[in-house]
Amino acid sequence: MGIAGKYATLKRLGKYLLIRGVAVLVTTVIAIYMVIIIANMGGFVDEIIKSEIQFYVYEAIRNNPAYRGLNKSTIELIAQEWIELEIKRIGLDKPFVYRSFNYLRDALTLNLGRAIRITSASGSKQVRIIILERLPASILLFTSIQIMLFFSSLTAGLYLSRRYGSKIDRIIVALSPLSSMPGWFYGLFLIMVFASWLGILPYGGIVDAPPPEHPLPYALSVLKHMILPTMSWFIAYFAISTYSMRTFFLMFSSEDYVELAKAKGVPPKEIERRYILRPTLPPIITQLALILISSWMGAIITENIFNWPGIGTLIWMAIANNDSPVLIGIVTIYAYLLAITVLLLDVIYVLIDPRIKIGGVSTQ
Amino acid sequence: MRQLKVLLKELLMYKSALVGITIIASLIILSLYAVITAPYGEVTRKWSSIDPWEDFPKNAMPSWVNIFIGRKLPETIVLDSRKVEPSTNKTIIPITGGKYILRILFTFGYTYDDFPSEVILRIFSSTTKQFTAQIVWVKPGGIEYIVSRKLLRGYEAYYITSDEEFLKKFNANLINKLGSRPNYDISINEALFAEEDQSILNQNTVTVLKGEYRAIVDVLIGEEDLNKVQIDAKLVVYGKVHGIAGTDHRRRDLALALLWGTPIALAFGLVASITITFAQMFIAAMSAWYGKSFDFIVQRITEIFMVLPFLPMLLMISYFYKITIWVLLLIVILLSIFGSGVKNYRAMFLQIKEIPYIEAAIAYGTSSFRIVFRYMIPKILPTIIPSIVLSVPDFVFLEAALALFGVGDPQAVTWGRVLEDAAREAALYKGYYYWILQPSLLLLLTALGFAMLGLALDKIFNPRLREM
Repeated sequence: MGIAGKYATLKRLGKYLLIRGVAVLVTTVIAIYMVIIIANMGGFVDEIIKSEIQFYVYEAIRNNPAYRGLNKSTIELIAQEWIELEIKRIGLDKPFVYRSFNYLRDALTLNLGRAIRITSASGSKQVRIIILERLPASILLFTSIQIMLFFSSLTAGLYLSRRYGSKIDRIIVALSPLSSMPGWFYGLFLIMVFASWLGILPYGGIVDAPPPEHPLPYALSVLKHMILPTMSWFIAYFAISTYSMRTFFLMFSSEDYVELAKAKGVPPKEIERRYILRPTLPPIITQLALILISSWMGAIITENIFNWPGIGTLIWMAIANNDSPVLIGIVTIYAYLLAITVLLLDVIYVLIDPRIKIGGVSTQ
Repeated sequence: MRQLKVLLKELLMYKSALVGITIIASLIILSLYAVITAPYGEVTRKWSSIDPWEDFPKNAMPSWVNIFIGRKLPETIVLDSRKVEPSTNKTIIPITGGKYILRILFTFGYTYDDFPSEVILRIFSSTTKQFTAQIVWVKPGGIEYIVSRKLLRGYEAYYITSDEEFLKKFNANLINKLGSRPNYDISINEALFAEEDQSILNQNTVTVLKGEYRAIVDVLIGEEDLNKVQIDAKLVVYGKVHGIAGTDHRRRDLALALLWGTPIALAFGLVASITITFAQMFIAAMSAWYGKSFDFIVQRITEIFMVLPFLPMLLMISYFYKITIWVLLLIVILLSIFGSGVKNYRAMFLQIKEIPYIEAAIAYGTSSFRIVFRYMIPKILPTIIPSIVLSVPDFVFLEAALALFGVGDPQAVTWGRVLEDAAREAALYKGYYYWILQPSLLLLLTALGFAMLGLALDKIFNPRLREM
């Protein structure tokens, strides 16, 4: 292929990415807007905040000795002025529809603003700081779980695909109904056995109270708290993901070109690497990427059951406190990450799989 | 019909399918039993009220635990003078000065290995006129205590279990009798039922005195009231086990909730999974068949819904709007019909669209409607039936998860609600394992039943899997 051909391919790729990018951006924007509407209950959260402001102002006036002795109508006037000022300060004086677009603009520019009620452990009300404070906990637990799950089931699946029908293979197949129950459900049982009954592992949380001072005991304590959540997810998902990986590899290893390679006498290791793994790479990478992105959000139920201070518990806190800025912040970041990943995957596909063509022309 | 028979025959070749079908069938029978024996409205009303559960013990374990622990834990004993029973006896004893004693005598045998959880005496009087009453407790062997003297005015609930005054008297009596008092905080239940020898002095050795107990309620009344006033009493010695499922912190019989949770769980799971799968399939078929801008719009909507985080959205909606379980079902369906399934089915339909017989159908002028419904959808039906069955537990657990967060339907009686109550009352910390294990076991059975059937169906309908 000449330079001109390469150039044409790049141009096509660029054009394709541009179109895809615009489409992905539009869907992201609409999705974020929908979240804004729902998180504000279509404006109803405003009413709640307004009535809280009213309550707060009247309370403040009643408790302030400076206002004592004034007659009722004067106090009423002062209160009304104060309330209006407060409403204006928060920006509730404009109609919700108008503001919803302001929220959208802020969200899209990642100007996440201030939380209504939730405060970070360091005392900040900045949504960015609140999220960043929770993020490491979620990543530490769920991203590690997902990576461990993914690679262990990949290896196990590959191994089983080579010897399907064996005893271990049948055990994994027999265990796959375990996955009909979610990880948090096993969490309940594990807490019951290891925390409540045996008393050898903690009920939940991320670190002992009070936290150990030295880094090493601290890390060990965190690890100890990670055991049960990790176990619950492995029980729930290891068998089924191994099973589906194995089936997936089996399907690919019965392709004609694999049979041909076998007939030609290509060594089994070589067949596995070049004829089975390579063509299965795109879907595997997609799966890994999407899993990693969603692990960022933590797992709402598992985190709540194990009292894990990650994004999942934050989401629930935000919902239970009507704290829409926090919710919108989390969803926006998630949506952005997802959009970027989807676009990146498109490029990666083209790079790793010679069979995928863009606009009718292969990249190789 | 014949096809169904063949399918069934093939299914029964798989042991797992047989187990799955058995589990699902038993759950269906349980549901039918629930629906037939207790109307839903009545059950929800009963579940959220207090009165019907008055005579039930608090946090009692299921009766079958007796088998495993090798001790006989007490059942609840209810004695009511308003009912004609040999165990209760109402007599009127004349005393001097035109006064009478109305004596209500309760007799009951207590042969359990453990102390009761509570003792409550309820005295009902038909007027608000004041009477003096004396309550006497007689242990086997004739040990007699005047537990309390009371002024009655109408209805009186006397919580013997929390009467500290009696405990003081009891301890003083023990010092007289045994020379010392217990070295621990003896509870009133123990005081009322324990053997009064050296064993009572130590917490580890205190034992139940088995035999015939009597409780006597004496009410002093005048002649003029003798025929006018109706005085009755009810003695409840609350046990530590109850029924087949035990009770919760509000004395409610868990068996009722577990029983009624079954039809709700099945209905919720089945309706959600069937509706969502068929809706997704229908949308995908239309999208693949019509193509062009229709396809484009459907694809974009699907992508929007894929960005929306499902569980947070659902939690938000159910938290804000306090919806009932059936509205929740509707919202779950609405949030899911444009889910990722649409993409998968669309890919399948795009392949089917190229099959020659579709081309033939177009050639002889079949309508689009007919092609979609008669030629395309039936073609992929076999591949989706297993996934319908497999996704039923997902929705059952979804409801349970929402209930655990406390955003479930406050009226509905579901397994999730039982779990929520247990979690809120810290059942795990307090050791009420039965409270969590029973609904969990039902959830587990449901999940396993559908999973086993679904996986077997998958092997039958997708023969490529069978060889593997």
